[in-house]
Amino acid sequence: MITVVDYRAGNAPSVVYALEHLGLACRTATTAAEVESAERLILPGVGAARATLDSLRDAGLVDALTERVIAGGAPFLGICIGLQVLFDHSEEGDTDCLGWLPGRVRRFPPGERIPQIGWNAVRPVRPHPLWDGLPDEAHCYFVNSYHAVPDDGTHVVATTEYGSTFCSVAGRGNVAATQFHAEKSGRLGLRILSNFATWDGTDPGSARC
Amino acid sequence: MLTRRVVACFDVIDGRVTKAQRFQDNIDVAPAEDLAQRLYADQIDEIVFYDITASAQKRPIDLETVRRVARHVFVPFTVGGGIRGLDDMFAVLKAGAEKISIDSMAVRNPEIIRDGAEAFGRQCVVLSTQVKRVGVRDGIPSGYEVFVDGARVATGLDALDWVRRGEDLGAGEIVVNSIDRDGTASGYDVEITAAVAAAVNVPVVASGGAGTVEHIAEGLTAGGASAAIVSSILYSPRFERNLTVREIKEGLAAAGVPTRPWLDG
Repeated sequence: MITVVDYRAGNAPSVVYALEHLGLACRTATTAAEVESAERLILPGVGAARATLDSLRDAGLVDALTERVIAGGAPFLGICIGLQVLFDHSEEGDTDCLGWLPGRVRRFPPGERIPQIGWNAVRPVRPHPLWDGLPDEAHCYFVNSYHAVPDDGTHVVATTEYGSTFCSVAGRGNVAATQFHAEKSGRLGLRILSNFATWDGTDPGSARC
Repeated sequence: MLTRRVVACFDVIDGRVTKAQRFQDNIDVAPAEDLAQRLYADQIDEIVFYDITASAQKRPIDLETVRRVARHVFVPFTVGGGIRGLDDMFAVLKAGAEKISIDSMAVRNPEIIRDGAEAFGRQCVVLSTQVKRVGVRDGIPSGYEVFVDGARVATGLDALDWVRRGEDLGAGEIVVNSIDRDGTASGYDVEITAAVAAAVNVPVVASGGAGTVEHIAEGLTAGGASAAIVSSILYSPRFERNLTVREIKEGLAAAGVPTRPWLDG
């Protein structure tokens, strides 16, 4: 059973529709108790970093997520802003984030149109269970003005080019996240979601927090 | 490399996709849900859904149809029509959209753009514009004026002034709908599309007039657009023969315009 975190600034329904289409059992969580009892968790997002963290805090979900994912080891997938909030800090609104992965979230440098909107190539730089069955280059759908810069290179699972090379899939132990919208990346994105449904939370390339 | 997008546009009335010419004479095409499923299977890059009578009728957007489409579409889905404020934006996102398109309401209340960008990030807020060539005159230095309410009402706003203001307020993408070219299959208005693309740093979407693959390629090259909205070419009953998404993308590839690669199987 996958639990999708449903907070005010999120887009939980898109993820739920995708999981339903795949025939995967899922529910949404709006309370700390629902997060704490989750077997595995998806944190989706479309929003701004500060609005996302404020919504999560206001709903009492930050401590519950940390308890269940970092202390409890539940498999976790962050999507889009759900990747960015995992790091220490985001330049977007000068926002302190969850700090599960060391690193910062920075705005794309000038030169390309910002935000990046569209389908871009994602290339894995190391094996990861969520990439099982996917090609060495998969076009996925991005909508972002900011991107993560992990301090630890082993936390970079895949990269993408936009002006320069950035981390488009991050992973550390039972925590994984995609900067692109896996739920909106067609058949390849759906494959990532179905891989997540059966993932045991181990990552051969990176130990747990 | 970021690829260019081929975007299907749905002008929806009562849950059904319709097709207009110059924003008038809408004829029926298909239920929105059915057409969405067909285009998703055909690997369309994105779907834009406009509830085209919501704004003029001053009623909320048809969320039930939005939900029915969202359940079947696992590519980006932008929704617009009748968005009056943050509550409407929340409702649309909760119905399964990830971008919100604002058009006439943004002209009436530009702060709605800022409110949306602050609440959801600017990447969530699409400013859609209806522009018409009126000639250079006082207050319209670009020669293109912004219209609202299904191209019926002139605003006195210059198209380039308005898109720059929209970007400043927080719009993350600008759609340039040419009223003159809408449904005519005579090609995008490349002049205003390119002028908007030069005026702003956010992605620009060409809309109105695509009748051939060459038109789409032109919008994405000479027009400077990051994405091209198509509708007639895909499904207008006025066309003798519609093209599939795959045919369009093969044509774009031959013209040197990269799009998301086709997936076999």
